[in-house]
Amino acid sequence: MAKIFVVAEHRDGRLKKSTFELLGASAAAGHETHAILLGEGVAELAKELAHYGAQKVHLVQDPALKLYSAEAYAKAVVSVLKGASPDIVLASHTPTGRDFMPRVAARMGAGLASDCVQVSLDGGRLAARRPVYAGKAIVEVEFIGSGVQMATVRANALGVPKPDTSKTAEILTASADLSGLKTKVLEVVKGASGRPDVTEASIVVSGGRSLKSADNFKMIEDVADVLGGAVGASRAAVDAGYRPHRDQVGQTGKVVSPTLYIACGISGAIQHLAGMRTSKVIVAINTDAEAPIFQVADYGIVGDIFAIVPQLKEEFRKIKEH
Amino acid sequence: MNIFVCIKQVPDTETKIKLNATSSGIDPAGIKWILSTYDEYAVEEALRLREKNPGSTVTVLSAGPARVIESIRTALAMGADNGIHIDLPETADNNSIAKALAGALKKEAKVDLVFTGKEALDDSAAQVSQLLAEYLDAACVTVVLGVEYGPAGVKARREVEGGAVEVIEASFPVIIAAQKGLNEPRYASLPNIMKAKKKEVKALKAADVGVSDADQKIRYKNFQLPPPKQAGKKIAGDPATQAKELVRLLHEEAKVV
Ligand SMILES: Cc1cc2nc3c(=O)[nH]c(=O)nc-3n(C[C@H](O)[C@H](O)[C@H](O)COP(=O)(O)OP(=O)(O)OC[C@H]3O[C@@H](n4cnc5c(N)ncnc54)[C@H](O)[C@@H]3O)c2cc1C
Repeated sequence: MAKIFVVAEHRDGRLKKSTFELLGASAAAGHETHAILLGEGVAELAKELAHYGAQKVHLVQDPALKLYSAEAYAKAVVSVLKGASPDIVLASHTPTGRDFMPRVAARMGAGLASDCVQVSLDGGRLAARRPVYAGKAIVEVEFIGSGVQMATVRANALGVPKPDTSKTAEILTASADLSGLKTKVLEVVKGASGRPDVTEASIVVSGGRSLKSADNFKMIEDVADVLGGAVGASRAAVDAGYRPHRDQVGQTGKVVSPTLYIACGISGAIQHLAGMRTSKVIVAINTDAEAPIFQVADYGIVGDIFAIVPQLKEEFRKIKEH
Repeated sequence: MNIFVCIKQVPDTETKIKLNATSSGIDPAGIKWILSTYDEYAVEEALRLREKNPGSTVTVLSAGPARVIESIRTALAMGADNGIHIDLPETADNNSIAKALAGALKKEAKVDLVFTGKEALDDSAAQVSQLLAEYLDAACVTVVLGVEYGPAGVKARREVEGGAVEVIEASFPVIIAAQKGLNEPRYASLPNIMKAKKKEVKALKAADVGVSDADQKIRYKNFQLPPPKQAGKKIAGDPATQAKELVRLLHEEAKVV
């Protein structure tokens, strides 16, 4: 049995599904499962961490952790880990996890496998696989030496376990010296949309150049909203100004692995496939039966998005209402 | 100002990746190498900053095998002043690379700003900027969309999730990891490509920058090509039928909605 630490992530007072995935994987493999919970006024969240497998929750509350900063997070995580003899430390490969985990690794002298899509914790050693060259190859990560092993894991890679609300965790309150930070967060300007982030959503509906205008993306948004999903876009759609760059899926955009990816009028260029080919189920809708997107699609419709997508919204709505 | 840019050379995004005979890496034959896309924004930002601050210098660093000198020359052709190449093996991990870059930067008299890309397009690990911050004991802002430069530091806007933007203040020395949108990188002009050939690229070895085998923390092995996908189901009929059937399959067969 190994000692596994999961750095919990939360936004707007709610824990992330990807945190539950990591806790669930550790608990299911029978390891001593610790969560590290950072913030201010977040103690309540510890209960839910327990439901997903945390046996111990290390709680660090500090005004310097109210707003996320890589430096403060790294310092706080390390203050918990030092002296706790961790074997494995996990976080999600979210915009947050990928930012602070290298700093934790440096401070712990540990190896870090980033953006893992397969993780096994059998035997108390971390075996991880990750894509390289934009998913054109997949590699196994070998940790050299016997030190602490660290990984960031792509959201949706492991699956969310069923919570057990009867479970409780021991809460260990910790403090960290967060003085002398070199950066200061002056302000967080919120994004306008209430939709989930494209990297974390379990359903992504994407549109390409064929949408022809920013206004036409409304029909893509409608389908995403019925499904509680995120909106993605090809680079051609972004370059044409139909969507902001943060929605771009692909090698020079976001890399996503949702359970369902619906590509509407996207040709499937190699750089786009790089960003979505690890999705569990891929749907392609395209007028061109020869479009390369069909080579990775589980379900394909050769047809016009302007005729099909509005119908699709209605059909999804019907099953959602049941 | 003493401005630095850390860059990486990566396979062109169109390149077809083949594995070597032992699956311990990729087959280098036929690969077209380019300056990693996000690093172009880093170089451009450094050049613009120099243009606003006469007397500044822009030095480009890269750690890797001899081939990476070609990408240092690309950055010199864009307008950087000089380069530093640190010779590391093809298999060096991000920790060794960051240690090497930090070791080389520590030899410099003064470091005000270090620009990097937010990630490299080969392993997309997004580790080096933050590791560098730790090893240099410097401030660091990642995924940067815009920077205001002051006399003693910066105010940077960084992209976070859900379209939110954080505004971060940091004093020099600071590491800025560039996101697309920071600027529009320039093309190298022919005269500048010619001039770049004569610019100095200093050569350093791992030992010169204090890097040893012990800095290698991970290694990639057992390379595999992604398994080919089974041919998918094509759904026929008029749009209404197609939509209905697709939703039925997603619900009953794939069970994803
Ligand atoms: C260095 C580099 C990085 C890149 N990074 C990315 C990246 O991160 N992400 C990315 O997406 N691309 C990226 N690209 C661009 C990529 O090569 C393609 O140009 C881009 O993905 C094409 O977008 P698209 O599929 O929307 O447009 P197109 O390739 O023009 O395809 C449009 C498709 O829509 C179909 N169509 C047209 N009308 C309809 C209709 N009414 N109904 C249904 N189908 C219709 C057409 O048949 C066609 O297949 C990159 C390129 C380079 C060189």
